[in-house]
Amino acid sequence: MAVLRFLLNGRAHEESRISPTTTVLDYLRIHLGLTGTKEGCAEGDCGACTIALARRTGDSYVTANSCLLVVPQLHGASVLTVEGLAGPDGALHPVQQALVETDGTQCGFCTPGFIMAMFAFQESGEPARDDLIHEALAGNLCRCTGYRPIVDACRRIAATPSAQTYAPVPRVQDCPDYGETGARFLAPTTMDDLAAILAAHTNAQLLAGGTDLGLLFSRERKSLPLLVSIAHIPDLARIASTASGLEIGAAATYNAALPHIEALYPSFGSLIRRIGSRQIRNLGTIGGNIANASPIGDTIPCLMALGAAVTVRSTVGARTIPMEEFITGYRKTALAPGEFIEKIFLPKPQPGETFTANKISKRFDQDISAVVAAFAIRIGGGKLISIRAAYGGMAAQAARAHALETELAGRSWSLEALGDLESLLARDFTPADDHRASAQYRLSVAANLVRRLCLEMNGNAPAALETL
Amino acid sequence: MNTVNPRGGIKGGAHTATRHDSAAGHVTGSAIYLDDMPNVRGTLHAALVLSPHAHARIVAIDPTRALAMPGVVALITSADVPGHNNIGPGTIEEPMLAVEEAEYVGHPVAAIAADTLDHARAAAAFVDITYDPLPAILTIEEALASGAIVCPEQHMVRGDPFTALGKAPLRLAGEVRCGGQDHFYLEGQIALAIPGEEHDMHMFSSTQHPTEVQHGVAHLLGLPFNAVTVEVRRMGGAFGGKESQATIIAGIAAVLAWKTKRPVKLRLPRDVDMMATGKRHGFLIRYDVGFDAQGTILALDMLLAANGGNIADLTPAVLTRALCHADNCYYVPDIRLRGVPCKTNTVSNTAFRGFGGPQGMFAIEAVVEAIATHLQLPLDAVRRRNFYGTETRNVTPYGMVVEDNLIARVTEELDRAVDLAAWRREIDEFNATHLTIRKGLATMPIKFGISFNLPSLNQAGALVHVYSDGSVHLNHGGTEMGQGLFVKIAQVVAQAFQIDLDNIRVSATSTGKVPNTSPTAASSGSDLNGMAALNAASEIKTRMSAVAAEHFEVPVDEIEFSANRIFAGNRSISFGDLAQLCWQKRVSLSATGFYRTPGLHWDFKTNTGRPFYYFSYGAAASEVAIDTLTGECRTLRTEIVQDAGLSLNPAIDLGQIEGAFVQGMGWLTMEELWWDAKGALRTHGPSTYKIPGSRDVPPIFNVRILPESPNKELTVFRSKAIGEPPLMLAISVWLAIRDAVASLRQYKYRPKLDAPATAERILSAIQDIRSR
Repeated sequence: MAVLRFLLNGRAHEESRISPTTTVLDYLRIHLGLTGTKEGCAEGDCGACTIALARRTGDSYVTANSCLLVVPQLHGASVLTVEGLAGPDGALHPVQQALVETDGTQCGFCTPGFIMAMFAFQESGEPARDDLIHEALAGNLCRCTGYRPIVDACRRIAATPSAQTYAPVPRVQDCPDYGETGARFLAPTTMDDLAAILAAHTNAQLLAGGTDLGLLFSRERKSLPLLVSIAHIPDLARIASTASGLEIGAAATYNAALPHIEALYPSFGSLIRRIGSRQIRNLGTIGGNIANASPIGDTIPCLMALGAAVTVRSTVGARTIPMEEFITGYRKTALAPGEFIEKIFLPKPQPGETFTANKISKRFDQDISAVVAAFAIRIGGGKLISIRAAYGGMAAQAARAHALETELAGRSWSLEALGDLESLLARDFTPADDHRASAQYRLSVAANLVRRLCLEMNGNAPAALETL
Repeated sequence: MNTVNPRGGIKGGAHTATRHDSAAGHVTGSAIYLDDMPNVRGTLHAALVLSPHAHARIVAIDPTRALAMPGVVALITSADVPGHNNIGPGTIEEPMLAVEEAEYVGHPVAAIAADTLDHARAAAAFVDITYDPLPAILTIEEALASGAIVCPEQHMVRGDPFTALGKAPLRLAGEVRCGGQDHFYLEGQIALAIPGEEHDMHMFSSTQHPTEVQHGVAHLLGLPFNAVTVEVRRMGGAFGGKESQATIIAGIAAVLAWKTKRPVKLRLPRDVDMMATGKRHGFLIRYDVGFDAQGTILALDMLLAANGGNIADLTPAVLTRALCHADNCYYVPDIRLRGVPCKTNTVSNTAFRGFGGPQGMFAIEAVVEAIATHLQLPLDAVRRRNFYGTETRNVTPYGMVVEDNLIARVTEELDRAVDLAAWRREIDEFNATHLTIRKGLATMPIKFGISFNLPSLNQAGALVHVYSDGSVHLNHGGTEMGQGLFVKIAQVVAQAFQIDLDNIRVSATSTGKVPNTSPTAASSGSDLNGMAALNAASEIKTRMSAVAAEHFEVPVDEIEFSANRIFAGNRSISFGDLAQLCWQKRVSLSATGFYRTPGLHWDFKTNTGRPFYYFSYGAAASEVAIDTLTGECRTLRTEIVQDAGLSLNPAIDLGQIEGAFVQGMGWLTMEELWWDAKGALRTHGPSTYKIPGSRDVPPIFNVRILPESPNKELTVFRSKAIGEPPLMLAISVWLAIRDAVASLRQYKYRPKLDAPATAERILSAIQDIRSR
């Protein structure tokens, strides 16, 4: 097929001419003249371009950054923009009314994005808890108001989904083979088809959520000859609990995986809630995070410390690789040509083992970490029996701290016995100075996070800052 | 304000909490920003070519490859300027594009116009420029060492500070720094130039200063001012960043439009915006202060060295305002303030909400805190000893008498509202029982001068039309950037005519309607334009009154405008009918209004005079918590009392106070401009430059507008300016973080903590204080 079909503000919409790497933001603003959606940064960080999407009939609408999506990703979805919220008579939607009444707009440029974030928050049915409101707003920046009136508006509209009904998502049987040679978008529906495509096209670029790849189109204004989306392969979106752990399909979004992971590892869940924003987590996947192999890669140190494994597949079959071996260098993985990630296996918590994940960044929400630290630790008889410690932001790739692990094993589990952790960590890592942090700070905080864990486990440390 | 009008009054008059006029447009996405306007046929899109070097001679620019790219129509360099290549906002000439030398990484060297934005941006990478790199100055320290400045130093001296320092019983010296700040307006810089007939150029520009854009474009194109019209309906945020910087963008669009004879739109992508355009000045402060055992400041010698960037731009004025606020609320008898406008090979810094005031106050607060720590006295006690008096000790270092002193009132009002002593006890108890989390508490009083330091800028014009149906068209020289200026001025006109606010429509700011305007800046928008509009409305009202008097056959002084009608005793006529009657009687229903702030003077040679019509006052207290193992920090509670005179619009003013505070908090905590060793800014987008998000706002955040506090001066309905002053209340957060760090050693030592107080700096300060 060569036609993209989706609902746009409740109306059936078809598109067959737009380049497959055109961003949804540009499409709305330039091609359709729907200028309510704004460009504030074109890198998925300001939220001015936020739209709402529903993928399947019955799903509630969730937010997405339209600057990070390309138009073919909308195929089969229902899309709402700020123009689609007010009633046919022009009556304001309750979230719009609430923001007007709390004087929550000043310059108004960020407002359409906030409106869409508030709309999705309301649709989610979540209660008016401040932590949830901040989580819902974390992907939207406002430079004028100081947020107080926006948060107040969220409190008013929480858990009161509007009576207004929105058109159901169109039933789309086919999946796109869109575009033409040199500018093509494929969305296979089975793993076998995906494997065949990757085997046949060495220039294929896999696309999961596109929250990182999208920058290439949005900010760098580049195109790619062949994008292969994994979003229409049900097998890859599957999340399954097994006797030994959790299997997370490569196309499962952060937000889809979050409740499952949080149930096993609350601390890992808390960290995921700080990765990007809801807009990002509604698109981005853990599979994409590890395939990206960033030196920080928020989930990677956690998966390493937890002894996770990655199953990869190609036309010749599947193989399973321990997480540590999957990451082979700076933005390098063990994926061979033609291979794709099928799933990630996360083992169940081991009895007697404690796991914590830490993220250090300039801003609590939606910031790339200076340091990520994940510890799986076993204590017995006042001694540290074993520790698996993995860090991001400390080297060219996320990695285990083997010297630290070896030296600490068997020591007393007290601050005094831990001693000079900085020197131990310096054997594992030579961090860099950059705009996120200095090497010195990274080493200090990497060591202090072990100390904080020790204090917490010994019952000496107070609650975390965010609980004050 | 709440006087009961037996006739029913009006909706939306002065002092009412009236909504932003565009609120419904904002929430529905129907408010139109420049980039939302339908494209004019044939519009070209432009992109900038930026210097990759901090300092380099431009040897050659070869456009051949770029011009051969798809869709490319034209390329310009500074050599293509048909007129005079000067867009400097002051007396110093400054070029639109780099000439001969590129002076910072991100310096625009050339610009391209193409049929689409993507074609223009793609071609920008194919302009072949040969550079000859030159040595670069990247820091204030390097500039001070080499004497590099962008304009002359400024000195403000009173008394004999050096002798007084020598005689002072106690003396302290110190050094502290504050960083710059990107404006991060959500709508990036943008301009659209549409060539008209006979060399006319119609500009749409996201600018706080349409007149400067008009002048800049006229200079560049060699046109008289009357050939250039500049229009702006609204900006998506500005904060000072679209005062002089917008002129650069508009100028480039205009020269491209001139060369191609086609409309040209230039919209900067966020990264380019942050690399190429100016920001708040970072400052290095060094002080030498003399005081007595009670903490009374006797003498102060203070260096305020500003990072001006590569050119002067607004740095001279920013520096003057910094010097004029380095006293904050404190009387310093013998003082020398030395302002050094350092030249560095970084982007030229510019106006940003507060305009030097925040840095000046930051400096003196560091000094007062140092004294308090040295004497082991509470900070607020030392402050009180040094507050300006009402009869004596009431003259600023620049010779202005503080006539409207509300410092004691705002600080006492704050204490009454929150009980600072009890709050302090809570902090102490928390710190006594927690091992790794520390809390800090600090207050911050402010006194901020209102008026442009440059007296000539303190003027404004307005244009009011009453149509024959009684609807009113209002136009004035101020620009709407979200601050609610349009609704405030409309309220003033509604109040003057005694008609409901919805009868008044405010149109886009245009140099063709109100000429020779000042920038909407220095918190002055409603003070200046409000009075100009009031004067215009009053003029029309006088004419309408005469017609009404004739109509009712009464003396004109018996005519009263009230509740949408015009009364003569018990008889009345609606506003609309009277407008119709005026038309029939051939009486003009259109008037211009003009206003100039009285009593201002400033001597640039001595840095003395009366630069400000009045002062705005405020006080805040903030509580923070820090994690002593990671340096992470949260602001937990902020309480504010802010003077707004008789607020024109308490709802709008509340938004200004909250927004300014959070913006100031961002400046002092998480917003970090980080340059690499080659002078390239590496925090140039929201993924790397972090402004506060909703969770960063104090969960307890209470703002009180100081009640019953009419402006002593004859401002519009006795209101006060509000845009900038509350930003400086955020210094309470920085001081509270210092307080939390100092608590680790029982407040015996001054923390080494510059701003922004990032987690990294806080942890470093903790490690330092523990090592002492």
